[in-house]
Amino acid sequence: MSQPNTPGAEFSGSGATEPGVDQSGRKKLTFGEGGLAIVFAFLTVSCITVAAKATDPAYAFHAYLSAFASLATVFVIFNRYFDRPAALPPLEIDGKPNYNFGPVKFATLAAMFWGIAGFLVGVVIAFQLAFPVLNLDLPWTAFGRLRPLHTSAVIFAFGGNVLLATSFYVVQRTSRARLAGYLAPWFVVLGYNFFIVIAGTGYLLGITQGKEYAEPEWYADLWLTVVWVTYLLVFLATLWRRREPHIYVANWFYLAFIVTIAMLHLGNNASIPVSVFSPKSYIVWSGVQDAMVQWWYGHNAVGFFLTAGFLAIMYYFIPKRADRPVYSYRLSIVHFWALIFIYIWAGPHHLHYTALPDWAQTLGMTFSIILWMPSWGGMINGLMTLSGAWDKLRTDPVLRIMVVSVAFYGMSTFEGPLMSVKSVNSLSHYTDWTIGHVHSGALGWVAYISFGAIYCLVPWLWKKRELYSLRLVNWHFWISTIGIVFYISSMWVAGILQGLMWRAYTSLGFLEYSFIETVEAMHPFYLIRAVGGVLFLVGALLMAFNLYMTIREPGAAEADSGVRNPSLVPAE
Amino acid sequence: MADTNAHGAHKHDVDAVSGVATTGHEWDGIRELNNPLPRWWLWTFYACIVWAVIYWIVYPAWPLVTGYTSGVLGWKSREAIQVQLADLRTQRAAFADKLQAASLEEIEASPELLAFARAQGRAAFGDNCAPCHGAGAAGSRGYPNLNDDDWLWGGSLEQVQQTILHGIRSTDADAHVGDMPAFGRDAMLQRPEIVAAADYVRSLSGLPVPQGVTPDLAKGKDVFEANCAACHGPDGKGNPELGAPNLTDGIWLYGSSRDNVIASVTNGRAGIMPAWAGRLDPTTIKALTVYVHALGGGR
Repeated sequence: MSQPNTPGAEFSGSGATEPGVDQSGRKKLTFGEGGLAIVFAFLTVSCITVAAKATDPAYAFHAYLSAFASLATVFVIFNRYFDRPAALPPLEIDGKPNYNFGPVKFATLAAMFWGIAGFLVGVVIAFQLAFPVLNLDLPWTAFGRLRPLHTSAVIFAFGGNVLLATSFYVVQRTSRARLAGYLAPWFVVLGYNFFIVIAGTGYLLGITQGKEYAEPEWYADLWLTVVWVTYLLVFLATLWRRREPHIYVANWFYLAFIVTIAMLHLGNNASIPVSVFSPKSYIVWSGVQDAMVQWWYGHNAVGFFLTAGFLAIMYYFIPKRADRPVYSYRLSIVHFWALIFIYIWAGPHHLHYTALPDWAQTLGMTFSIILWMPSWGGMINGLMTLSGAWDKLRTDPVLRIMVVSVAFYGMSTFEGPLMSVKSVNSLSHYTDWTIGHVHSGALGWVAYISFGAIYCLVPWLWKKRELYSLRLVNWHFWISTIGIVFYISSMWVAGILQGLMWRAYTSLGFLEYSFIETVEAMHPFYLIRAVGGVLFLVGALLMAFNLYMTIREPGAAEADSGVRNPSLVPAE
Repeated sequence: MADTNAHGAHKHDVDAVSGVATTGHEWDGIRELNNPLPRWWLWTFYACIVWAVIYWIVYPAWPLVTGYTSGVLGWKSREAIQVQLADLRTQRAAFADKLQAASLEEIEASPELLAFARAQGRAAFGDNCAPCHGAGAAGSRGYPNLNDDDWLWGGSLEQVQQTILHGIRSTDADAHVGDMPAFGRDAMLQRPEIVAAADYVRSLSGLPVPQGVTPDLAKGKDVFEANCAACHGPDGKGNPELGAPNLTDGIWLYGSSRDNVIASVTNGRAGIMPAWAGRLDPTTIKALTVYVHALGGGR
């Protein structure tokens, strides 16, 4: 955007028909600019029409929001066109890749924003469970609406933006190629965040299709499909123009994540809208098949969004930060393919002891056990990469946060197969043990590796020597680690207690406890959990402050030529 | 650093720290060691696969064209649950059969049977009655406390069972019926009459008069005798035949404040309890009857 048209900058290609320039060298609209402007102008009109005839006000609100966003997009496209130099940004400057970090910066900041929003809502619903009066008797603040707001905000808004930011960063750096597309990367990043806004406001207003982790209705799903396919194309095209002979392991994981999420999204959202003027749709699957598709989706959202995508982050940021080679190339190949092929089978373990046929339950459970070692392959490669550099854990809290995340990854990927065993599951299922398990993965693994990556990325992207304060990182690490320990240990105790109370029989053969007694028994643990959540939120606020100070810090603009930060090259 | 990025030029590079060869590639300064798969990792992976294969042989596992491999044990989850339910029935059998045959009075008379019925009643109460009456049966506003000896519709075994079976103002044909009229809303009494009656009713159980209020008890008594005594009795002791509460015992289902009592007289009351006949089997209802009867002062 503000990239000066460097004098003497050469295009990687040649000839007078560069996009954005006509034969006589004058500026002209590219096909992408013109096409997108037309599409969004058409969308503006369509959305206004839909809004006018919408069957309910929440849907009309979304249609107006979309119309406004489409109109703003048309405006921004033309504004950008008039502001830009005749030629589009070159792929290389002086033989070095001209990386496009604008969308990466946006997604990094968006991740931090959504992260704090998501953690905050998590804290609110944790307190609601301990004190139901906090539901406030209002539909918009009821647990049933805030809970999907929390899960979507942390998984898709926070995690999704971290994945967008890091994947666009890593694929450029490890391919030594500028991100493909001129408007496309921005379309992906902004389009994805618009999806988040539609999804989140929809939950609050009561629009949901009632499928866990896939709550947004058909129109939001369609929009996400377009964004996601563009994401895949940008990623593939960048890999295609790479200047390295081989594709780095992190990019395999990113690609697996993008492709599989596309497939899962389409399969689990195969629904038929009641009308284009209504937010309501009906899923094409029915009964136990719908349940099976839902958990095929749900479990692989964990497997490919929260595992494969974040393993990609680990494979770039840990060796980079530790300045050590990846432990084993062979292990990375074997555990990658094993993970990809086996994860996809494990979904049925969410439906043990239900109407799902016995054979499907067996397959879900046994493949979950087989999955244990492929999961741990990533942990071994992450931890063993530290060999020869363990001393850095004492001095570098950012590296420490990432190493602890890998340890949490190992713990939850052991706990997962354990809980998939039917006899264990008969105790753990439907209890808070599941919530504890999810959060040891979500807080310990996903959030921590994300924090580490963002702590690395921000100084690199904004060209600072280091973070504003490593001591604050240290505080962040300890406060949130104590928070996680509070959270998961209270949920373990709560879950096992709950499971044991549910199945307790008196000597005469009657249930020992009524359900409401088991709910009452949860209260102290819900309180401890909420306190753990508060600590985790406080840590994230420290982080946001630290990043803010890093970005606005003057002076340190030019870092030393990069043992720690070898990524300081012309950014956009 | 980027300019030293090589195109496979480091084929025989050895990492100085570990002494292990790298694969020769480098991406943005990241190299990869050529370490073998950890043995323990590989053997644990194989062991998990072997365990899974054994499990597939033993239990139902793989779908076929029209069925599935049923496993050498022939295990089915539907049969497993039947076995567990049968075990439970066996455990309960000694008493359950007697309970089914016994009358309420016979249950009360046999300590063993009574203990069993109360155990069953307690479990049934927790999952069916506790949502309204509370886990300890202490009730809450609008939902009677079952621990005290105040019975709106009668506290004998038969009466309690009748209430559980058919409910109160439920859709059941034999349900208890009878509403407290809305004297104010339906314009049967004027506001001053309602206030006087409320003050009089509160005086029956000696409730304190709020500051600044001078109750007209004589007028209240007149209103009471003309309008309320038909159901609640001339002395306000109530009538379980009609579900009319005793107004003298200091137990207030909808609150005892002056405003609460005025609201009850003005708008009437008609709480609902569902009928449990058909939802719970007769033995469970019998057990519930005995359990509830034993909670407080059953009559």
